[in-house]
Amino acid sequence: MALLDVRDLHTTFRTDDGLVKAVDGVSFTVEPGKTLGIVGESGSGKSVTCLTIMGLNDRRSASTSGQALFKGADLLAMPKNELRALRGNEISMIFQDPMTSLNPVHTIGRQLVEAVHLHQDVSRSSARSQSLDVLKAVGIPNAERRIDDYPHQFSGGMRQRVMIAMALINHPDLLIADEPTTALDVTTQAQILKLMDTLQKEYGSAIVMITHDLGVVAEIADDVVVMYGAQVVERATAEELFARPSMPYTWGLLGSLPRIDHDVERLAQIPGTPPSLLNPPSGCRFHPRCTYAMSICQSEQPPLASATGSETHLSRCHLDQATRLTEIKKLESGHFAEVT
Amino acid sequence: MSDDLLVVEGLKKHFPVTRGIIFQRQVAAVKAVDGVSFTVKRGETLGVVGESGCGKSTMARCIMRLIEPTAGSVVFDGREITGLSRHELRPIRREMMMVFQDPYASLNPRKRVGAIVGEALEVHKIGTATETKRRVQELLEIVGLNPEHYNRFPHEFSGGQRQRIGVARALAINPKLIVCDEPVSALDVSVQAQILNLLKDLQKEFGLTYVFIAHDLNVVRHISDRVLVMYLGHAVEVATRDELYHHPRHPYTGALLSAVPVPNPELARARQQILLEGDVPSPLNPPSGCWFHPRCPRHHPGVCDVREPQLVAAAGDHRVACHFPLERWPMNAAEMAAPAASASTGAGTATGAP
Ligand SMILES: Nc1ncnc2c1ncn2[C@@H]1O[C@H](COP(=O)(O)OP(=O)(O)O)[C@@H](O)[C@H]1O
Ligand SMILES: Nc1ncnc2c1ncn2[C@@H]1O[C@H](COP(=O)(O)OP(=O)(O)O)[C@@H](O)[C@H]1O
Ligand SMILES: [Mg+2]
Ligand SMILES: [Mg+2]
Repeated sequence: MALLDVRDLHTTFRTDDGLVKAVDGVSFTVEPGKTLGIVGESGSGKSVTCLTIMGLNDRRSASTSGQALFKGADLLAMPKNELRALRGNEISMIFQDPMTSLNPVHTIGRQLVEAVHLHQDVSRSSARSQSLDVLKAVGIPNAERRIDDYPHQFSGGMRQRVMIAMALINHPDLLIADEPTTALDVTTQAQILKLMDTLQKEYGSAIVMITHDLGVVAEIADDVVVMYGAQVVERATAEELFARPSMPYTWGLLGSLPRIDHDVERLAQIPGTPPSLLNPPSGCRFHPRCTYAMSICQSEQPPLASATGSETHLSRCHLDQATRLTEIKKLESGHFAEVT
Repeated sequence: MSDDLLVVEGLKKHFPVTRGIIFQRQVAAVKAVDGVSFTVKRGETLGVVGESGCGKSTMARCIMRLIEPTAGSVVFDGREITGLSRHELRPIRREMMMVFQDPYASLNPRKRVGAIVGEALEVHKIGTATETKRRVQELLEIVGLNPEHYNRFPHEFSGGQRQRIGVARALAINPKLIVCDEPVSALDVSVQAQILNLLKDLQKEFGLTYVFIAHDLNVVRHISDRVLVMYLGHAVEVATRDELYHHPRHPYTGALLSAVPVPNPELARARQQILLEGDVPSPLNPPSGCWFHPRCPRHHPGVCDVREPQLVAAAGDHRVACHFPLERWPMNAAEMAAPAASASTGAGTATGAP
């Protein structure tokens, strides 16, 4: 059984301008101990998807439907107190900005000890020694001394480690990380990704990693979901996605990446801008920007269906399989640059 | 006319740290830029990389004379520009422009796009109102915006469009040099690709010279002809792009390259990363000897913590400041930690007695 099974998730916000469909029929699964990468440009609905699963949306403006089955129990239908008991214990979350989850007026040690006490019935000294262990595990130098420091006394990278320590202290089965390395230098990013990998091996946690960087996905994900305009447009194992990306939006994303491993003279350009979620385009959401668009693309929404014959590889696109395979062959020699 | 458009020598910027309320006295200095030298040839792009806090922006602001360097010389188009008065700088200001990282903060929200793009024309009193308007519309078209949007405000544009406005503004009076400080760091990949393509096209069309600062090594590789690697206020390696990416000599460059995520799961898993420990130290208290030694996997006690390495030629145009430069690349962590004995007599250490 999947650890997390998200089925047909919808989240709509009521705003002054109208209804914003921020998540529109999203489904995916996360297997125990595995890493799922969710990738997409800003505004594609990645964060809201995860906030919805965690029950963290503003209840006054957001309405939600669908299911998020965690070990078989629906998180969306769960009473608040049960959900609260899961959060920070069996499921935890890391945000891009560590200060959203660290309290600036308390020491790191106090916050870690509190997190332990929220979910475990142990003595103060045991909670403190667990806190110290986890700080050492995430690579905080001089942890014995730094445990009594305040968040502002840490650098950006160190603060991100502290937040990972906080997220891991109760050994969660599922860790949801929303762009945890986006604001960091490559060197710090590499340290944090390595750390997450090591801790995953040690604790067996599954990870959902939200990112806009396909490089980060390739580094750590077993499975990948590509989001566009509040929907899943491609879903595959990481190997499949990079070996045979199967629809024009993913081709565009890959081709627009400047890369260190080969030269391209011009990057691919996806024309136009991402769709409005107030008034999404008819038919395929990507059709106004797609160089392959046909008339059916304007009228009919393509289903998420097997793209290349593989059961695990799905995408939303009206192009037939033969055309796609020919295009993939043609494009991959140029590393997907110059799509347009 | 010399081939070199910009020649920077021994550039330093120390920010004083003062104490006292009435009688302020300097108690220390933040050595943000501490002796950087390089040249930029006409029509080329010099990429500048380094972790945040390495002094890239401070260096850019010194070159532009937005702040006064503490020491060193900046020769632009054959003319020394440090020490020039505001008045003397005026004609030079027309020839060097800057594009900033944040397309939200760098445009005045209360000004219309026409006024923002035409600002330099106004300042330098070039052309009549009608001529300015025509030029601005032409510029908007060049950067791929609708010329009709002349009267709109910045908030009516997306992040990528705002960065195009920033580029149009920089182009307004046909500058020779554009210094781009992380111009695509805040943008999504698809928008980033649009701006990078635009900058390359403009360079070809108008023969522009760029100093392009970024912390993303993929981006820098894509756009640069030569690359300067900075660490803690110092230039630690300078080389042509291919030299730098295929044969890095400085361990810091090697570590940066190995940390870049590669969008290829097989490659990503096969390669050995060289992970640096900790953060960039504070430029308030820089380490002794080589600035990089506390984080360097090949740190050699007695040498690296004592002697400051000089930026010297390793091969041809390739310069590196290291006592034990890398012998080859790629390298795994163990090879990185054990420099060949011969390296100690290599180019990087010929710097005289401690
Ligand atoms: N609280 C909210 N109220 C109204 N709209 C929102 C709210 N939160 C997010 N949105 C909108 O939902 C869409 C998806 O946002 P988000 O999930 O944050 O995107 P991503 O994380 O992929 O960048 C965006 O158009 C955003 O403006
Ligand atoms: N006005 C200033 N006063 C004091 N310190 C400064 C000032 N501007 C920058 N610094 C310091 O100088 C160093 C280099 O900063 P910066 O040039 O912005 O680096 P980068 O652009 O490479 O991230 C940093 O340690 C920064 O804190
Ligand atoms: Mg987000
Ligand atoms: Mg900077």
